[in-house]
Amino acid sequence: MFPRKKMTALTAIAAAGALGLVLSGCSPDAGNQNGKVQLTLSTFGNFGYTDKLIEQFEAEHPNIDVTHNIAADGEAARSNLFTKLAAGSGLSDVEAIEINWTTELRQYADKFHPVPGEDIAEYGDWVDFQKKPVTTEDGELFAYGVAIGPSAICYRGDLLEAAGLPSAPDEVAALLKGNWKHYFEVGQKFAAGSKDAKWFDSAESIYDATIQQMANPYEKEDGTLIAASNPEVEKAFRETLAVAPELSAGFDQWTDDWYTGMASGDFATMMCPSWMLGLIEGAAPDVKNWNVANVFPNGGGNAGGSYLTVPKQTKHPEEAAQLASWLTAAPQQIEAFKVAGPFPGRVQAFDSPKLPEVTSEYFNGAPTGEIFTERTQAIKDFAFKGPRHAQITAAASSAISRVQSGNQTTDESWKQFVQEIESLK
Amino acid sequence: MSILQERTQQNKKKRSRAARWDVKYSPYIFILPFFILFALVGLFPLAYTAWVSLNEWSLLGGQGDFAGLDNFTSVLNERDFWIALRNTLSIFVIQVVPQLIIATVIAAALDRNLRNATFWRMAVLLPYVMMPVAVALIFSNMFGDRYGLVNNVLGTFGLSPVAWHNDVLASHVAIATMVNFRWTGYAALILLAGMQAIPRDYYEAATIDGAGAFRQFFSITLPQLKPTAIFVVITATIGGLQIFDEALLYDLAGTGGPDKEWLTLTLYLYNLGWRDLDFGRASAVAWLLFLIIVVIGLLNLFISSRISSSQGKRK
Repeated sequence: MFPRKKMTALTAIAAAGALGLVLSGCSPDAGNQNGKVQLTLSTFGNFGYTDKLIEQFEAEHPNIDVTHNIAADGEAARSNLFTKLAAGSGLSDVEAIEINWTTELRQYADKFHPVPGEDIAEYGDWVDFQKKPVTTEDGELFAYGVAIGPSAICYRGDLLEAAGLPSAPDEVAALLKGNWKHYFEVGQKFAAGSKDAKWFDSAESIYDATIQQMANPYEKEDGTLIAASNPEVEKAFRETLAVAPELSAGFDQWTDDWYTGMASGDFATMMCPSWMLGLIEGAAPDVKNWNVANVFPNGGGNAGGSYLTVPKQTKHPEEAAQLASWLTAAPQQIEAFKVAGPFPGRVQAFDSPKLPEVTSEYFNGAPTGEIFTERTQAIKDFAFKGPRHAQITAAASSAISRVQSGNQTTDESWKQFVQEIESLK
Repeated sequence: MSILQERTQQNKKKRSRAARWDVKYSPYIFILPFFILFALVGLFPLAYTAWVSLNEWSLLGGQGDFAGLDNFTSVLNERDFWIALRNTLSIFVIQVVPQLIIATVIAAALDRNLRNATFWRMAVLLPYVMMPVAVALIFSNMFGDRYGLVNNVLGTFGLSPVAWHNDVLASHVAIATMVNFRWTGYAALILLAGMQAIPRDYYEAATIDGAGAFRQFFSITLPQLKPTAIFVVITATIGGLQIFDEALLYDLAGTGGPDKEWLTLTLYLYNLGWRDLDFGRASAVAWLLFLIIVVIGLLNLFISSRISSSQGKRK
């Protein structure tokens, strides 16, 4: 048997544990310690919501305490969100989502509290392409727009110079102004003068950017699947892959190699949605020659975007809505843009004198606030994304990767892509 | 008096009945907790998955129309399913053979009279403690196509780089390496336990007969190790057919490669359920995987019983 002393120690531990259980059992259920409403906020990656920003909210709303949870990456956040939505419990009071998930979530918009009319009355509207993906058939919004991804071109000044091209931002913008064909032609000039570096990072990112500029690349609003039969899609696919051997550094996007390529100077230009700036800076902190040009092939394009939602599961819908509205209001959007790069989606932000003041030290002092405001205004068409958009996008980038690696010819790969699309029906 | 007698009589009867029940039923009560637990977390999910697989079922939308065996036929007609089956078996074979060989060598080394034996045994188990996700992240970086450590090392020896993410076999080798990194130490310890159970008399006799270390290893250790090795193979089979983390995290897209080079069955299942939100078909795959494991398990049993019976004949 236990010696007596040990016995009492054990009992004490057990008792303390039981007491702890009782105490901790109280707090989440009641939802208010010292009379405050406890809210949880879940985001992923870097939304630019610093502790300081959250503290500012708490100072302005003394009755609310906010706990901010950050998931490492979007994929983890996505499976967490979908699993808990299905289970009907366990979600935070405010949950962040990505634009790519909206195609599926739109069918289950009734699982979220709609954005109240007062929000828009007070904080103003969002740009069109931020609003559309989260608008239900009744015209209500089920998510608060956080950020959009207007795209510019990022480039390595030293590599352009080495190939005998101009390297000042204005000159590069003037040089690249035009359509995709023009962008490729300048690339061929670059290739003629460049030693090892290629013109762009990956055929996938070029193809994706052209798709984002079409109104209905893969699906029609009524649900018809047109990805395989759309001549514009096939044209973009073939034209990108035709120039790829000469111009592409051949990376697959999002791989470790791709990130290393940003630092090692394997390519001179890349498609740059506003959030890409942070990724480049993170991947190549010691490179001094990255810059942003206020230009994009074929006008403007949007890539990506993020939102906040208030799930119906929350016990504090009013306070959660306050938090979501406040965080997505123009002044806070501009703050977040300064910190992490997600670009404001509220129209009010563009009128704010603070936005044009934002510059990026890393990108040689580029006036990023100004550049991306103009890039946003240049966006005309933006892709409609139906429920199968994510799967088709994945199939397309696999198809391009198969050709880039030399495992298949363009024809073979396109054929397999078409087959995969057929099986989605 | 008579009343008292009757009562003791009755008490005796009761007691003997209780004792009989005790003998008869209490063993069942003792093993009951396991079966309750098994029914709750094993049998029920299994049955429920079977029910889900017979319906159209969306992760968010819940149950749809009854579909009969449609989910099964559609999965079996899918190219991805067969490729996933091929990959799973191929990765399993590439993984389990080197694992057994290396683990046996490590176990033989640990079986010698080492100083600080416990330290070395613990050290072998260290990779097993690491999170599979962490292992997958580090190894994926090492197996980068252009800037990975492995290809850099190959380059310094003048060898051409391997397309780890575009070649079927190369990607299987990379994933099998990750799995082996974690599991070889574990297998080595089990084999070590098996080796230490071998009577030392055999070795003494062999030494007197003049057999060297190698001869002893091949003629005594290996044959005596057979039952343990079979156990290791069976556990490795079950684990090998469920390779998931390593394949999911081998690239960032998690779709199993541009041409599904390293799509495993569990990854295929996960993508159907959580990416396509199609729980009906995901459940069908789960049941097919279950059947495959049962078949391979029976095959294992058949082969291992033949091995042990043939051993008996030789004696």
